This record gives sequence, C-alpha cells and structure tokens, in this order.
Amino acid sequence: MKKLKDKIGYLFISPFFLVFALFSVYPILFTIYLSMTSYKGYGRKTFIGADNFKLIFKDPNVVDAFINTLKIWGVNIFFQIFLALLLVMIFSDIQYKVRGLKFFRVVFYLPNLIAAATIALIFMKLLDKDYGVVNQVLFGIEWIDKPIGWLTKPILAQMSVSGIQTWMWFGNSFILFMASVQAVSKEIFEAARIDGAGRLQILRHITIPSIKPILMYVMVTGLIGGLQLFDIPFLITDGKGFPAGSLNTMIVYIYNMAFVYKNYGYASALSFALFLLILAFTVVFTLATNRVEIKEFFTTRKENKARRKAVAALKGSGKYE
Amino acid sequence: MSKTNPTLNQKQKKQKRDKIMVYAIIYSLLALLVIISVVPFWIVLINATRDGVSISTQGITLIPGKSLVENYKILTSNVDVMRGFWNSLKIAILVTVLSGYFSALTAYGFHMYNFKGKNFLFGIILVFMMIPSQLSFLGYVKWMTQLNLMDNHLALIIPSIASIGTVFFLRAYISSSLSKEIIESARIDGAGELYIFHRIALPLMAPGVATMSIFTFIGSWNNYLSARVILSSKANETLPMVISSLKALKIWYQNQGAIYLGFAISIIPIVIVFIFASKYLIENISAGAVKG
Repeated sequence: MKKLKDKIGYLFISPFFLVFALFSVYPILFTIYLSMTSYKGYGRKTFIGADNFKLIFKDPNVVDAFINTLKIWGVNIFFQIFLALLLVMIFSDIQYKVRGLKFFRVVFYLPNLIAAATIALIFMKLLDKDYGVVNQVLFGIEWIDKPIGWLTKPILAQMSVSGIQTWMWFGNSFILFMASVQAVSKEIFEAARIDGAGRLQILRHITIPSIKPILMYVMVTGLIGGLQLFDIPFLITDGKGFPAGSLNTMIVYIYNMAFVYKNYGYASALSFALFLLILAFTVVFTLATNRVEIKEFFTTRKENKARRKAVAALKGSGKYE
Repeated sequence: MSKTNPTLNQKQKKQKRDKIMVYAIIYSLLALLVIISVVPFWIVLINATRDGVSISTQGITLIPGKSLVENYKILTSNVDVMRGFWNSLKIAILVTVLSGYFSALTAYGFHMYNFKGKNFLFGIILVFMMIPSQLSFLGYVKWMTQLNLMDNHLALIIPSIASIGTVFFLRAYISSSLSKEIIESARIDGAGELYIFHRIALPLMAPGVATMSIFTFIGSWNNYLSARVILSSKANETLPMVISSLKALKIWYQNQGAIYLGFAISIIPIVIVFIFASKYLIENISAGAVKG
C-alpha cells in the first residue's frame, strides 16, 4: 500500500520531466550536435568534428566581444557597487537614523523591472544626438556647444550602455547588500561605535565583511549577465553591434552568426564556448566564496584518514604486545 | 554655574545645526537618486501626452500636454500596439499559470513521495539550473521548426511547464510551510492524492506560488529575444517586438509623442503589478541574500 502510494509521486513529476526532456535537455544536446556540423540553418547538416571550435580561437571578433563585455561590465559594476555601498552606509548608520528604507528600496528597484527592449528604445530617444532630451538639457545649461553622439561614438556608446546597466541594477545590489547587513546584529555596530570606530573603519571591518559573499555574487552574476547582454546593445545598434563593433557582445554576435550570416553550426559552437566560459566563472566563484568550507572539508578528511591510520597502527602494535 | 550654561547651550545648538546639515545632505542625495531612477519614466509619461512639435522644440517639462488621444490615433495607425499588448498579456498569463501550477505539482511530488530515483532526478534539476538558456537556444529554435511550432505562441508557452527555478524554490518553500501530518490525516479520511494536492497542499503553497508568479509574469512580459526569433507574422508579435519596431517608422522623429505613448503602454502594466507586489518582491530578493 505504502509503495503504491509512493509510486504516485511519478505521476506528479511526470509532466515536468516530459516537457523538461523535450524543451530543455533535447535542445541542449541538439545545439551540441549542431556545433559539430557546418549547418547553415537550412539544408544538410554535414558533420565536421571540432573544426568550428578551432575557428573560435582564430576569430578576432570573439576576443573583441569579450573585451567589450569586460569594459561595459567593469565600469557598470564599479558605479553600481559604489552607489549600493553608499546607500548601505547611509541606512545602517547608528548616529543618523535615516527613514524611508522601504520606500527607497522600491523606487531604486523600479528600473530593473522594465523590459530591456523598452529601456533600450527610451534611452535611444533620450540620448539621441540631435533630438535627445539629454543633449537638450546640456545645451540649455550651456555645458556643451555641439551635440554629443552618446550612442554613435564607440567609447561613449559603451559607457552609455554601462550607465544604463548601473541605472537598472544598483537598486537590486542595494537590496541584497542591505539584507545581509541587517542580518548582522545591531549591537555589533553599537559596540564598534562605543569603542570609537569611525565610519570608514566600520565600513571596512563590519559592513564589507558581512556583505562579502553577496558582493562576490553580485560581481559574478553581473559578469555572467554581461556576457549574456543582448536586448540593449542589439536594439541600440540596429542589431549590428556597431558603432565600430563596440557593442558587439557575445549573444549579439551569436545571433548574427546564426540568423544573419547563416552559419548555424559555428553559432552553436560559440554558444557552447560561452557556456564553458560561464561555467568556469561559476566554478571559480563557488571555490572562492566557499574556500573556508572546502578547506575544512579536506582537512577533516585528512585528519580522519590520519586518525584511522593511527588507530590501525595502534591496533597493529597492540597485536605485538 | 550660570556662566557655563550658555556655552553648553551654544555647543548643543551647534551640534543640532550640524545634525540638520548632515540630514539635509543625506536626504538631498537620496532625492537625487530617486529623481535619477524615476525621471526617464516621468519623461515618458509626460511626453506621451504632448504633441511632437512641442517635444522637439520646447524640450522637457513637468506639465502634461493635451495630445494623448491624438497620439494614440497616430500610434495605432502606424502599428497594432493593442494586438501586441493582448498577445503579450495572453502569453504572460498562460506562462505564469502553467509555471505556477506544474511547479507546485512537481515540488509536491518530490516532497511527499519516496519513489525510486528521487534524489537522482532532483540532482538533474540542480545541474540544469546551472546551464544558461543560451546553450539550448539555437537547438530549441531548430527543434521548433521541426515540430512546426515556429510563429506559434505555444513555442513560448509550453516550456514554462518545466520551470526549474520555480520548482527549486517551491520545494524549499514547501518543506517549511507544509506539515506531513496534515496530509496524512487527510489520507486517513480517505481523500485521494490529487484531491489532497488541489484542496489542501496547493492553498498552503499559494503564497510561495504567488511570489514566484510575479517574477514569472514580469519575465515573460519583458521577453524579447526568443519572441523575436520564434514569432514572425505581424499578427503574432508581442509588445516588446512592436515597441522595438517603432524606431524604423517615420513617426520616430516626426511624432515623438506617439512614440512615447508606445513606451508608456509597455511600462504601465509592470508598474501596476509592482505597486501591488513590491513588498513580496523585495522581501524575496532580501531573503535570497541572507540565505545565499
């Protein structure tokens, strides 16, 4: 009776696993298979082994896309973390009690919810060289005398995308940091203050250590998200990754390779390479944040082994006695 | 005694003044950040009510204009924005319902029953949670072509039955919110397994399902890449596709008010969802930070 009932569990999970196999697992295997063919997106799929993967190492666009991603990510993550830390300092201060945390969290998070496609178009309007609001305002206060091509100059276009990313994500980082700081007991902050610690000391010795794991998390997910950035650079550049390829990120490149240049096999190989890269970042991140736990695991294992050896040796010597 | 009092008072006054200054600086900084967060949306909403000429000649203003209806007529004579709206809404609702229901069903199955291979199957889910969707994307598109699901909303809806993240979340949620005794006592009363799930377990899991549903809905509403690749006919376009097609139109420069109205239509539903759900959303993100 009990066994029969447990078998009903299969019934509960079977719809999930059916769809999972058909729409997740099979497409992944299919992509991996396509990455080893010279498939064009139509017609025959000729098996060519690892040729596509060899091509990746010779493709300068891949390196460019990666460097673009790093630039956009670097500037974005710097300002994002700076703003989030500043806000955490303000809201965790002992002496000055700043009100309205709930309100500010909601408002700062708002940009994160809007479709990236819509955001791209909004900023194309606001940052437009000739008709954009930003240039209009800068003209109005006489800071500039000729229009700035925010989205047409390569380096400015990259920095604009960084800025948009910071704008979208600083609220999210702030919420994450604030939650981890609030998990630290208030008494620790009070005690530090009574002992005469300054704000920067508190930041360095209490706030930052308490948010360190989540800080790493924000940086790594930001990088992974940056590698997967598509909607904004794609739409801002009409899908080309221009000006001068400065917004050609990996996914934009894969998209064009598959659907514009009709090199579906190579695009699949690029997807697989991107997956390996992301996997590597994830593994390094997991190892780095759980260093202590991993070390503990190995030392206890070593100790256990040593103990067992010692016990065995004792038993062995016991025999002689 | 009487001499020290005024100086002490002065010192207190100075301290008080300093304190007010610091508060003033902090709150102006916060106000600035609020403005930065909100101003693009504000511009969108205001400009959606103004006519094209005043937007390009007068720059930004805080006062709404009177051209909302006109802008709507111009916008809808160029693109079928309402069809995009309904398509997006239909897809988002179906995705949210399917994802919520089947994730709850799966999480419950894993929680309540000790079938063979249970840990192995759940391990597979965990492994696939690590794999970014980009790896499956190109294979998925070609697979949809073979299944004849291209340009069909079903290709975007069906996969939501297997929402890995939601299952993972609900399994953790269920183990803290659903006691096995309740289920056992229902069984003793002779209730069937599916009946128990629908009448007892699902209502108890509802808060967790609701939280994940908000994220699912927003994610689907905002989805652009896969919709763009899968869907091709005008009749099937989703709202982000309609919005992104605006910049190829003549009115992109000529009738900016209509363009801004298009942006507003895509923003407003999300803002409404957010106003009602912001508490759950933010609590959820915060909870993730403390656990992780």
